[in-house]
Amino acid sequence: MYDKLFPPKKVLLPSGKVVAEKRSRTPLVLLILVAATVLSVRFTDFSLKVLFTRIGKFFGIIGEMIPPKWDSFPALWQALVSTLQMSLLGSMIGALIALPFAVLASANIVRSKAVVAVFKIILSLLRTLPTLVTALIATFVFGLGPMAGVVAILLFTLSYVGKLLYEQIENVDMGPFEAMESIGMTRIQAFRYAIVPQVLPGYLSTSLFCFEGNVRYAAILGYVGAGGVGLLIKENIGFREYPSVGMIILALVVTVYLIETVSEHFRKKLI
Amino acid sequence: MTTVEKQLLASPRNLRYLLTVAILVLGLFAWSLTAVNFADVNKGGLQISFNIIKGIVNPDLDLLLNVSKQSVLYLLVQTLAIAFMGTIVGAVLSVPLAFLAASNIVPKPAAWLTRLLLIVIRTIPALVYGLMFIRVSGPGPFAGVLTIGITSVGMLAKLYVDAIEELDTRVLESMTSIGCTTFEKIRYGIFPQLLSVFLSVTIYRFDMNMREASILGLVGAGGVGAPLIFAMNSYKWNQVGSLLIGLVVLILLIELLSNKLRGKLIKG
Repeated sequence: MYDKLFPPKKVLLPSGKVVAEKRSRTPLVLLILVAATVLSVRFTDFSLKVLFTRIGKFFGIIGEMIPPKWDSFPALWQALVSTLQMSLLGSMIGALIALPFAVLASANIVRSKAVVAVFKIILSLLRTLPTLVTALIATFVFGLGPMAGVVAILLFTLSYVGKLLYEQIENVDMGPFEAMESIGMTRIQAFRYAIVPQVLPGYLSTSLFCFEGNVRYAAILGYVGAGGVGLLIKENIGFREYPSVGMIILALVVTVYLIETVSEHFRKKLI
Repeated sequence: MTTVEKQLLASPRNLRYLLTVAILVLGLFAWSLTAVNFADVNKGGLQISFNIIKGIVNPDLDLLLNVSKQSVLYLLVQTLAIAFMGTIVGAVLSVPLAFLAASNIVPKPAAWLTRLLLIVIRTIPALVYGLMFIRVSGPGPFAGVLTIGITSVGMLAKLYVDAIEELDTRVLESMTSIGCTTFEKIRYGIFPQLLSVFLSVTIYRFDMNMREASILGLVGAGGVGAPLIFAMNSYKWNQVGSLLIGLVVLILLIELLSNKLRGKLIKG
């Protein structure tokens, strides 16, 4: 289409051969980007003037957070532990449920195309729903408290681990599987001895990685009433208790950093 | 003894290690079970989940299809605009930070300090930024743009740094040897190497920002989140249904588009 509007430039080489050089797409891409930016600026009331006059306020808030209010830590401890427990439980159950989902969604294991399509669609629909929205719905069904948070994290882990796992299963070397079937193993036995060893390290490492992310997510779920430190963040910002917010953020940064270090150690061992 | 048996015996025995890990994991599982209190579960939970499903199956078509300022369509376009603008702000801020954090460009201590800053930026949840920016610019989509911008910086800068540190310096050396100026070296040696990676990472982040932008409305930072939470709190499940359907369709579309674009970029 583009080539028809702007015909390629013909270049005569010294050897007498004519080559066509395609016109650059850059102007078109730039035009689209500029148009999208202008439209977005109008839709979002973006204004540099407000930004430059008011940005000091943002750094003012950060300034109030330092130094953090150390004696708010005991009150924070319980919420932090419950955040960790929520993400652990949600990640573990989610990763376990992801196993059957991923197997049923891989086209090289399940012969029925309909089953594969249905499970793939379920996984991608679950993945599009933002965790906070799932948590919000879960608070209506399971009541306020960590249970709703666990459900939200579980669903996210299921969709994330499930998708990566079925991609791995679809990409494994099917040779051993076929060889084992041909010497008389059942499909389940062949799956256990040919596919599982190939995808297990990847699966464990994805689950760990997902757990790392879930700790961050779990920290905000409390905002909609699903347990954890989120509620504290909401209350303290509401009361403009910025030093306490600083303490929460510091505690979160340290926790997330520790968990990432531990999980990275195990993930390196796995691969 | 056949070769196969020898190989089997020679394989490392890590039963004790595996057992320890398994016991640890089970212990953690049991410990985290204590967080959940089944007594909290609503008695009417089943009824409510039934209502939610009914609402999603029968969405409020009027809300979904008209084009006023309250409609789903307008809110979705606004969410899209927030995500787009936020990605641009984030990308612009990330480039200098990424160069400052690349250990092959600046001295080690400076790079390490910038990295520390990036880790802190990345760990603070988006909602906290959202609540802070509302104090700066007032509630509305502009606060959403700033929030998305700063949350993008954490991830974008980190991935940009990886690209910068993997720069192929042999190209630059050969350009020096044929007498290129510094500007030419940047334009023809560095720029082409970085551009496709930067663009691909940025498009990926735009895809993620769509999801972030949709939840920011919960704190009043524009987009589809605020109407969603209002509709839920007043139990208007068919409005919730139409908002969710619109959101899911939009996110799926953006994901498809982004995968396609990135595929093209990587193939060249």
